[in-house]
Amino acid sequence: MGTVAQNSNLKFEEHKMKNPLIIFGFAVSLFLAGGISYYASSQPDGFEKAAGEIGFLDTAEESPLKDSPLAEYGVAGVENERISGGLAGVVGVAATAAISFAIFYGLRRFNKSKP
Amino acid sequence: MHIPDGFIDIPTSAAFAGVSALAVGACLKGAAKSLDEKTAPLAGLTATFIFAVQMLNFPVAAGTSGHLFGSVLAAVLVGPYVATLALSVVLLLQALLFADGGLTAAGLNVFNLSLVGVWVGYGIFLLVKKALPKNKASITTAATIAGFISVPAAVMGFLLQYAIGANSTFSLTAVFTGMMSTHVLIGIGEAVITAFSVTAVMATRPDLVYGYRGTKQQLEIRRA
Repeated sequence: MGTVAQNSNLKFEEHKMKNPLIIFGFAVSLFLAGGISYYASSQPDGFEKAAGEIGFLDTAEESPLKDSPLAEYGVAGVENERISGGLAGVVGVAATAAISFAIFYGLRRFNKSKP
Repeated sequence: MHIPDGFIDIPTSAAFAGVSALAVGACLKGAAKSLDEKTAPLAGLTATFIFAVQMLNFPVAAGTSGHLFGSVLAAVLVGPYVATLALSVVLLLQALLFADGGLTAAGLNVFNLSLVGVWVGYGIFLLVKKALPKNKASITTAATIAGFISVPAAVMGFLLQYAIGANSTFSLTAVFTGMMSTHVLIGIGEAVITAFSVTAVMATRPDLVYGYRGTKQQLEIRRA
């Protein structure tokens, strides 16, 4: 008696322990987006730079979402750049994780439920 | 390489949005097939990690920076179908939440990174892998080379879009030369980050790596 429950419990623990890579990977992502991103180069990226040098950068239009609360990886109203950018990074990591997990777990189930 | 609105005209942008939507939709089935209990978390992590690392612009030359595309990194770790979806999620979130990349340009960006970058990159990965000995180091080497080439490949996608429907009239030669001069350097950064990340996963959980599983399948003992 109780062995089945015990076994499945063990299995669950084992499964959890098998995924330190996933937990570590998320911690690294949060650290990079929330902390290290402050030290990223703020120079224009190679695409924007080349567009400017070739001469068509001025055909760019601002995104209709340019005034959204997280536009340009900052939180509107937060003065401190480090905190503003870090928070935006954390929100972005959380949003990407939530949406991609929902999609990939959803697809996996969808695949499984098929005959 | 996030195209803003305005570079490419609306009809062309709309056409590429249509093509991209169809192609991403076509990847859903292949993605579902390659996702299981073990690979679904890695797929979520891959998308998240790429989002985070895309925030980290590195200097490539005076007054110029670059950031990871992630197309090959994703394709090698989770397969090209899932990689297409992962990159699309990242690009759409960047456009919608952070105003990074245009809205009408979203289809252009998905085309270049989620489709051209992923599938051309993965094709090159397979070709290089085939030419190398069947071992773990070859996976990293192939991913590194493919990562480097995926960047100019994605730029070629933009060149196609520019040729079809640019709102400016510079010669394709000028656009090609200008874009490649910066993106060859960005490709080196792409190769380094791809190499580092693939090495890290290969060192800890090689069994999860899509691009490696094909190599080992015949030797692997299936566990219940």
